[in-house]
Amino acid sequence: MAREFDAKTQSILLKGGRILDPSQGVDGTSDVRIKSGVIEQVEQDLPVQDSSVIDVPSDFVVCPGFIDMHVHLREPGQEYKETVETGVAAAVAGGFVGVACMPNTIPVNDHPGVTEVILRKAKEAGLAHVYPVGAVTVGSAGNEMTEIGQLHGAGCVAISDDGHPVADALLMRRALEYSSMFDIPVINHCEDPSLKGDGSAHEGHYASMLGLSGIPSAAEEIMVERDVTLSGLTSGRVHVAHMSAAGSLRAVRSGKERMVPVTCEVTPHHFILTDESLSYDTNYKMNPPLRDVNDRDAMIEGLVDGSIDVIATDHAPHHADDKAVEFSEAPFGIIGLETAVPLVLDRLFDRGLVSLRRIVELLATNPAKILNLPGGDLAPGSPADITILAPDAMTHIDASAFRSRARNTPFNGWDLKGAVAAVIIGGRTVYRNDNVPNASVF
Amino acid sequence: MESTLIDRALMRISHEIIERNRSVEKLALVGIRTRGVPIAQRIAKNLQSIVNQNVVCGSLDITLYRDDLMRQTVGPQPILRKTEIPFSIDDQKILLVDDVLYTGRTIRAALDALVDFGRPRSIQLVVLVDRGHRELPIKADYVGKNLPTSIHQSIQVHFAEVDGKDEVLIHETPNGEVL
Amino acid sequence: MTAQPIRNTFSENKPVSLPSRLRSRNLLSVTDLTPEEVLLILDTAEAMKEVGTRTIKKVPTLRGKTVVNLFYEPSTRTRTSFEIAEKRLSADTLSISSANSSVVKGETLGDTARNLEAMAPDTIVVRHGASGACHLLADICSARIVNAGDGMHEHPTQALLDVLTIREHKQKMQGLKVAIIGDLLHSRVLRSNLLLLKMLGANVVVCGPTTMMPPGIDKFGVEATASIDCAVEDADVVMLLRIQLERMRGHFFPSLREYFNLFGMSEKRLKRAKSDVIIMHPGPLNRGVEVASEVADGPYSVILEQVSNGVAVRMAVLYLLAGVDEETGE
Repeated sequence: MAREFDAKTQSILLKGGRILDPSQGVDGTSDVRIKSGVIEQVEQDLPVQDSSVIDVPSDFVVCPGFIDMHVHLREPGQEYKETVETGVAAAVAGGFVGVACMPNTIPVNDHPGVTEVILRKAKEAGLAHVYPVGAVTVGSAGNEMTEIGQLHGAGCVAISDDGHPVADALLMRRALEYSSMFDIPVINHCEDPSLKGDGSAHEGHYASMLGLSGIPSAAEEIMVERDVTLSGLTSGRVHVAHMSAAGSLRAVRSGKERMVPVTCEVTPHHFILTDESLSYDTNYKMNPPLRDVNDRDAMIEGLVDGSIDVIATDHAPHHADDKAVEFSEAPFGIIGLETAVPLVLDRLFDRGLVSLRRIVELLATNPAKILNLPGGDLAPGSPADITILAPDAMTHIDASAFRSRARNTPFNGWDLKGAVAAVIIGGRTVYRNDNVPNASVF
Repeated sequence: MESTLIDRALMRISHEIIERNRSVEKLALVGIRTRGVPIAQRIAKNLQSIVNQNVVCGSLDITLYRDDLMRQTVGPQPILRKTEIPFSIDDQKILLVDDVLYTGRTIRAALDALVDFGRPRSIQLVVLVDRGHRELPIKADYVGKNLPTSIHQSIQVHFAEVDGKDEVLIHETPNGEVL
Repeated sequence: MTAQPIRNTFSENKPVSLPSRLRSRNLLSVTDLTPEEVLLILDTAEAMKEVGTRTIKKVPTLRGKTVVNLFYEPSTRTRTSFEIAEKRLSADTLSISSANSSVVKGETLGDTARNLEAMAPDTIVVRHGASGACHLLADICSARIVNAGDGMHEHPTQALLDVLTIREHKQKMQGLKVAIIGDLLHSRVLRSNLLLLKMLGANVVVCGPTTMMPPGIDKFGVEATASIDCAVEDADVVMLLRIQLERMRGHFFPSLREYFNLFGMSEKRLKRAKSDVIIMHPGPLNRGVEVASEVADGPYSVILEQVSNGVAVRMAVLYLLAGVDEETGE
């Protein structure tokens, strides 16, 4: 039952749900009044007044809208894999109100013109917010710095050469110093190219068994250590993208202890799967690769103890033809927008490892803080971007039903405890999960 | 058939061989695996004792020449054993030896195999039991015993060298299967 | 027809009941085989050897069957061996090598497989530079697939012919000390042999420069050492692996001279092994790198026997994989 209304003027009252907003220290049953697409008030027993009332089921959790700060939208240039339109549809179906998209498009987002195209497509789609990440270097070739000021002015919220590391230490230093003028982080894909070589899987016993060239953890750890040091030197903010190795986490922890402005993210597959799952199925090929049990467990530890700041998916859509080749030839990457939240709820919350509060920090509060985004909280005046969770509902992962154009996931067929019930952006319900009973109230 | 009957039949065959061929010059025995082999060996021994001359003896595995190998569902792949013919068969009079002559297909395969080894002067066929039901125009030159059977029966010949004792057994197949 | 008991030549003459066909439709890895199936292949190969001694080296067994040799990597030795095996079984053989095929035009392996499938060959023998390529083919094609070498992963028929050669000289496998020496990291011959030898109860020691040790080798259940003297000490079998000269560019070792000094099989080194040791090499040899010429040509070398056993083993594999599937009738 669609709820048609004019978001600009209408007032909505979410009554009786559990509200969880770590940034405001809110965790309990409360009401939320939304007016003109903005949070007006969060308090218990609010009077109805002229608001439309939505009675939130008591087992649902109302959170600030989740933001995936590492997503590949493939537009411009590789629309056959994904477009901004299909990407933001996948995002809201996955419970996200916003995504930060990486610049490794064709052409690379190293010029405000490309940024504008992305933002325009996002506006036309009218679903999740899109926050472009600009390139650090022209063409992400690692040589010349981009016009970071221009990119920021056009709407870029961070810079990264994702897909590639910023390999040259001097250039990384300068990028950190320069970006600090705009208070945007440098998101680095930490990987030493010479150690990576032509590797396609984690260097270890399983890759050896399958005859696959390995990528050692050291390739990532070395560059994380370097970047923590450079961040300390420059006080520029560095964010470690898709961290996978225990040694990387050690370096980040040590940096944080020394008050270095370093933050880091981990993907669901890196705290759930290990290289034991390796076969010639290219849905298990991504970079950084699935590491061993010790690395996976270290990631879980980091999520528990707070040294990891963000969960981001590194959603990397690929066409089935591109993936249906020899393992060593297949492109790296798996999609993640439509599997992340059920995986997080099942593997972290349901297993008692991490509280829901911490999960909201990892998926909403911290991404918004790191990228200086509006939202990430349900404070009065913040946009009415809300993710409603149903932690008790079951989710059956069915890739054929994904909104994304792509299907490259290793989680197809998994049954998980926890689901997204609905997503509200600017006061308007943009997604309602038909598989969750009672989600129809939204 | 009991063991003494088997031995007597083989001795009779051995005499027939000498009679028909006038001598054992250029005679060579080739037993078809598996149970044609002990028959061939016993005949060789018999001939030795009769004319005091050695007759060479070889063994032939016809598995790779069967006409049903890759065709219908023959079931598990028959186990391949070695062919050992340590003499030239060119211009020799070959005595091909098998235990039971039935459809004739085994003999056809054996003829194909022999032809790949050389060009014998002639090939004569020795069988211990002829049970009839030929599917190809094959005839034995020397027969130990004719045992007319129905197609619902099977015949098994056992030899001491291979199975521990000499005997010929006739089985009825359950459910009237055709073998 | 029931399976006949055959004396198990691997352990104390205990009779073992052999299967009479292979369960797996393809031979992609030695792990597709049980120890009994390995024995079946070896015994069948012994019988197939005899065909090669005749004047007319042919049997009609695979007459009318089409076998495609799909070789993406150049290989004269393995391809020739398979071709001879196929022709001896009277199969119609067709060799496609990447140099003169649509591969050069950029056709994916999957599309090449689908095109082949449309022409319905009975068996495809495939060698490819990417690990797992034969698995991709097996997913697409209904033909039987024989892995003639996939990347760094496996080379099952090589391991089978190696084991056949060892059996001919040593009769038993249990407790035999087999030293495998060379570029372990990149070798598919190593992986197949290691798995097969361990399956049959041999003690395997692997040796090579530390730069070329596969990560996680200790989990393979073998002793690993960089000392060739330790590896060769009292060895019953010494298996040498080929060094690819390009490896010098990957900083794996500084020079061929250094490699030979530390890891080359010289006559002097060989003295540490058992007096009836056999020297093996999958070929082609790099004389003066993996092995001194005197050793390669010497009395302990069985390298040429490996080659002739290769044809017999491949005949056995093609024969046992072919035949009618009981379930599908194809």
